[in-house]
Amino acid sequence: MPGATEAVLQLDGLSRHYGEREALSGVSLTLERGHTLLVLGPNGAGKTTLLRVLATLLRPHGGSAQVLGHELPGEAWAVRGRIGLLGHEPLLYRELTARENLTYHARLHGVGAERVQEMLEAVALTGRAAEPLRTLSRGMVQRVGVARAVLHDPELLLLDEPTSNLDPAAIELTAQLIGAQSGRTRVICSHDPARGLAEADLVLGLREGRAEVLAPAAAVREDQIAELYR
Amino acid sequence: MSRTVAALLRKELLVELRTLESVPGMALFAVSTFVVFHFALNRSTVDGDLAAGILWVTLLFAAMLGVNRLFVADADQGGFDGFLLAPVDRSAMLLAKVLTLLAYLAVLELVAVPAFALLLLAPPIGQALPDLLWVLALADLGVAVIGTLVAALAVRTRARDLLGPLLALPLLVPVVIGAARATSPLLTLTHPSGPAARWLLTLGLYDLVFGLIAYALFDFLLED
Repeated sequence: MPGATEAVLQLDGLSRHYGEREALSGVSLTLERGHTLLVLGPNGAGKTTLLRVLATLLRPHGGSAQVLGHELPGEAWAVRGRIGLLGHEPLLYRELTARENLTYHARLHGVGAERVQEMLEAVALTGRAAEPLRTLSRGMVQRVGVARAVLHDPELLLLDEPTSNLDPAAIELTAQLIGAQSGRTRVICSHDPARGLAEADLVLGLREGRAEVLAPAAAVREDQIAELYR
Repeated sequence: MSRTVAALLRKELLVELRTLESVPGMALFAVSTFVVFHFALNRSTVDGDLAAGILWVTLLFAAMLGVNRLFVADADQGGFDGFLLAPVDRSAMLLAKVLTLLAYLAVLELVAVPAFALLLLAPPIGQALPDLLWVLALADLGVAVIGTLVAALAVRTRARDLLGPLLALPLLVPVVIGAARATSPLLTLTHPSGPAARWLLTLGLYDLVFGLIAYALFDFLLED
């Protein structure tokens, strides 16, 4: 029986490199169910690499990573389908409509058509659902991306700059799906510490792949964050 | 698995119908090549070995255009990641892409074979058609399996447009040899006969071997 303090993420000395370059080095943390981890750091700090490792899209090269109680990469098959990833790319086909894209992902995840309609309504795109994505604005495409990420009701959300391209109304709209009120365990990469800290339980500050800051959100000082970007 | 393959196949065909990036180019290439052969050979008609060779070399190079574009939308628009995040058997993508390429080749041949008969072929095509369909089916399967395998390998490299044909063409030489040898007796002007059974068998075995290789390797090609 999952308890309130069940660990959804357990990283111990997690490392990943690209050739000679160390993108992640010795990252260790534990994130409990329902909590939000805010990952901060300058460009190239390893934030996206961390998300892709957790999403099972990249293999860890050192240490261990347990996601939803399963060790990566060996048990990655057990985790897929329980994760929702919203990265820099919306993972959608430009030539397909919003409805076709969501229906395609729904079929891959074994989700019914009624959920597609529900998601289109949730991101207020029913009126444009029959138009190819290439004709929609970037903000609208991002909203479809949000719908795609939560279509299968994932337990863990991995969000890379989730509010980029979204106007304040759209941020409000998508908050029910990917915001704190969604009740999901979340890992959020952000360049906006002020917004992120308000929602976070735990903060990880990365620089050159190393964890420079790891502390509860309430204990993180402004100068620690400023130091990360220096 | 069948539901996943159906979802992938539907997506592939929808994207192609909207973009028309592969099939029209393949068909246009084949017809243009027949026209070029028509004038370059300075002959109004061909038959036998020459006809079979022209037909299969043209189909092979036309197929390369489709092979090169097979995974481009997935690689450029995040389709690979979207698929890899789903709790599905990854072999479904192999099967869906093979079926997609088979569909492209079928449409290509619907245009190219009549154009070949009209522009170059000496004997009437009608008599050879039932046997030719068997050869086309077996050769298309080989092209589709090898093409999918090579396209998946090449698409993540920077030189994908070059690497695809460079890897595929040597692997497809036996398919072209088998298909041309099986087609040649069908297209002779005098005493046309059925395709040699051993070449059909060779094509079938080659398809089977590469089908198994593709099944064993495809997962690793999708993995990081």
